[in-house]
Amino acid sequence: MNLRRDVFQAIADPTRRAILLLVTTQAMTAGAIAANFDTARPTVSKHLLVLTECELLKQEQKGREVYYQLNPQKMKEVADFVEPFRLLWDERFNKLESVMQKFKST
Amino acid sequence: MGLKTKITAEAGKQDLVITREFDLPLDLLFRAYVEPEIVEQWMGTKVLKLESRKHGSWQFETSDPQGNVVFRANGVVHEFVPGQKITRTFEMENTPFPVQLEFLEFEKLTAHTSKLTMQIVYKSVADRDGMLKLPFAQGINMAHNRLQEAVNDLK
Repeated sequence: MNLRRDVFQAIADPTRRAILLLVTTQAMTAGAIAANFDTARPTVSKHLLVLTECELLKQEQKGREVYYQLNPQKMKEVADFVEPFRLLWDERFNKLESVMQKFKST
Repeated sequence: MGLKTKITAEAGKQDLVITREFDLPLDLLFRAYVEPEIVEQWMGTKVLKLESRKHGSWQFETSDPQGNVVFRANGVVHEFVPGQKITRTFEMENTPFPVQLEFLEFEKLTAHTSKLTMQIVYKSVADRDGMLKLPFAQGINMAHNRLQEAVNDLK
């Protein structure tokens, strides 16, 4: 299976993106991460599993607790520095353009 | 087929500039930033508040398909000149990212085309680079469905 595709699928999910955002600056336990969502704890665990399996998250054992943190190396592999950001804005502006086209005739 | 959007992010600087030319007259481009129902359509987010005036404020919220709020952002409008410019702050709620400052300039190119120049100033170089490395952080805001389509195309 193509790992690269898996990474993109992983970040396509809004909850998983929110999880990645949470752990950008600090390592967190699964419990601390789950506390940020209304979603059931097992659902959050499943998201953590997906993110860990495609190596976007790293696990670190500290005493009895497992901490999750972002794997910046993997993030770099996902795409070039500015390109995803540009792609995101380009898609957004394309949408703006198509939404506004319908007002043109009026 | 190249992207119509350009991003300039010089190394070591704490800002970046996004430019885009639209096949839209200036008034329609500006309207897309002012009318809440239209903003909701192209940004893919819910507009809780959008006061387009000096000292006005705005707040957007995005939920996942199950209805859980996954993103909320807000800011204050500092300058609002119809058809010309919007200066505003942008803050993602419940995230470690500091507030950012956005200068939006709207220009008429021809009767049917227009240009947007958006300068975003971050608190530090590291904050800017962190944001660039996390495009999906922005993706949570707005357009996550669009992002999904975009990444699906990469498959």
